[in-house]
Amino acid sequence: MGTTVLEPRKKSLLDRLPVSSHIRQSVGLQRTMLLIGVVLCAVFVVAAIFAPVLAPYGYSQISDDAGSFPAQAEPGGKHLMGTTVGGYDVLSRMIWGSQTAMAVIVAAVLMSIFLGVFLGLVSGYFGGWLDRVLVVIADAIYAFPTLLVAIVMSIAINKGQSGFWGGILACGFAITAVFVPQYFRVIRAETIRLKAEPFVESAQVVGASSTRIIRRHIFANATRTLPLIFTLNASEAILTLAGLGFLGFGIEPSSAAEWGFDLNKAMSDASSGIWWTGVFPGLAIVLTVVGLTLVGESINDLNDPRLRGRKAAGAKGAPGPSTAAANAAIAADVRGL
Amino acid sequence: MATLIDAPPPTVAAPISKSAGGGLGRYILIRFLLIFPTIFILVTLVFFLMRITGDPITAAQGGRLPQEQIDALVHQAGYDRNLFIQYIEYLGHIATGNFGRTISDGRPVVEMLVKFGAATLELSINALVVALLVGIPLGMFAAHKRDKVPDAVLRMFAILCYATPVFFAGLLLKLTFSVGLGWFPVAGRASTTTELAMGRLAASSGIYWLDALRSGNLAAFGDIVHHAVLPAVALGLLTAGVFLRLVRTNVIGTLGRDYVEAGRSRGVSEYRLVTKHAYKPALIPIITVMGLQIALLLGGAVLTETTFEWKGLGYQLAQYLTARDFVAVQGIVMLLAVIVAITNFAVDIAAALIDPRVRY
Repeated sequence: MGTTVLEPRKKSLLDRLPVSSHIRQSVGLQRTMLLIGVVLCAVFVVAAIFAPVLAPYGYSQISDDAGSFPAQAEPGGKHLMGTTVGGYDVLSRMIWGSQTAMAVIVAAVLMSIFLGVFLGLVSGYFGGWLDRVLVVIADAIYAFPTLLVAIVMSIAINKGQSGFWGGILACGFAITAVFVPQYFRVIRAETIRLKAEPFVESAQVVGASSTRIIRRHIFANATRTLPLIFTLNASEAILTLAGLGFLGFGIEPSSAAEWGFDLNKAMSDASSGIWWTGVFPGLAIVLTVVGLTLVGESINDLNDPRLRGRKAAGAKGAPGPSTAAANAAIAADVRGL
Repeated sequence: MATLIDAPPPTVAAPISKSAGGGLGRYILIRFLLIFPTIFILVTLVFFLMRITGDPITAAQGGRLPQEQIDALVHQAGYDRNLFIQYIEYLGHIATGNFGRTISDGRPVVEMLVKFGAATLELSINALVVALLVGIPLGMFAAHKRDKVPDAVLRMFAILCYATPVFFAGLLLKLTFSVGLGWFPVAGRASTTTELAMGRLAASSGIYWLDALRSGNLAAFGDIVHHAVLPAVALGLLTAGVFLRLVRTNVIGTLGRDYVEAGRSRGVSEYRLVTKHAYKPALIPIITVMGLQIALLLGGAVLTETTFEWKGLGYQLAQYLTARDFVAVQGIVMLLAVIVAITNFAVDIAAALIDPRVRY
């Protein structure tokens, strides 16, 4: 950076990717927090993808060649983290649980981005009564406790309980209902701001169709903040999933391992001093959420000049949309959870 | 998450009046009228969503009675009629203040709401006290030590508070303090004798510690506090993390102002600068966002109550949902919607009173 640069070079792909560019940009404490977050997330993703290889047993396996597993066995020996009342291996269910969590996050976030961005663009660009109606509905849902929205949705979709993919989709939809208003708000606000920009106006003058303007001009500009909202919401998705599972509105235990459900079962063990059935799935939730939060937060802080600590030397290419990012973050944060 | 809350949140549904101006009175009126669509939409959503889930008779009797008998019962209760007609009928009932009786245990909805609402209110107040006691001083301290080790530790603490689901926090607290150390009871609002004593009181508010204090029953009061500690800490810590970061961000913002510098140059102590000069002006956004935390608190209450078998609205809601008790669920959701809508209203009005730019 210090040497004379004759011609502006396009930055390498690695530099332009959201997270890796932030790692370069950060310093000191902020960098440590971001790195811890990235490592925790990486562990989560690896566990989710390679669960069949990593987990010693299946998530609903209660016996092997040597006979059935003991119930409520203490950690150690064949079962590193012990077994539950039903004889499930705690470690295996913990690892398999990451797969469930990942599937739900991906399903929920993709669906809500798709719906939220679409509605936000249309509502913000066209305005009028459609906009007002959508805003009032989104605000009503937005103001309500997320968990309750998710519970009602999950019962409505899930009627009885269903298998792995059915359960994942039901939970995904339930969480989507919570998130759509958030994406909607952010994208709508950005769209309204962009609509007044000269380049949109000139496109209108030239005679470009609304679809084209929305697709080519507004979409590309309004969605810059999405990576940030994604990380912020992914952690919320995990907590909501765990909450649903804990209350018994989640995925059936025999079709997938789910941390919240395991914690529910562990509550009754606690009074007799059996700690391992609850502590391990709980830790899995906490570590995953901490990882996602650290990443999301660091990106957020780095995008916002008011919160950025000392600026890294030569970080001229710092991402520009600071106000947009700040607005998005406020919208995503005010919620609290 | 509450990283960046240093501005009042975007107010609800701005584009009502396009013309600028209009006084505070007008703003309050418009904002007040907006409460109703919010409640109406939530009630409508819940009505239709609950109907999709099936009916209470099948949920209770499914498999036990032959299908024809279930159908007959459903028909008798009127659940097989046109949804739209049921909906209009329901709206009519609400408008006349008739919330009906719960299907699963046949008590009047209003009575149920009052009884369990008091328990939830008590839990929320306890949790709020914990959250304020923990969140505000720590937040000021973190702002004072900005970017130093204590700040980093406190920020991690805040993230941990947020990342730990209430039920896991509850489980850890139970394992440590109830099972391990034996200091606190495992679950419940009070011991049986206290519950009975509280039930016998004539003019009870339903909030146990208040009732115990008013009737001068100190033994009962001690018992109630004893039971209240763990649930309050579990739910309180969740919100404490949010408060901590909220106070930190906002105090950092005001600590950089000129008048704080001026105070420092006049020799005002650093303690006083943080707790008075910087904290007071930072209070406005803090209060605004704290008001919005009521939704978080209510959502958390559902999980906390289930964890500690605290018989409040959240605990009951889970039971009623399983029984597909439309009437009870709609009643509870309606109450929550009203609380949330009114809180948001109050928050917006407070923000408008403080900062004229917010008004539309």
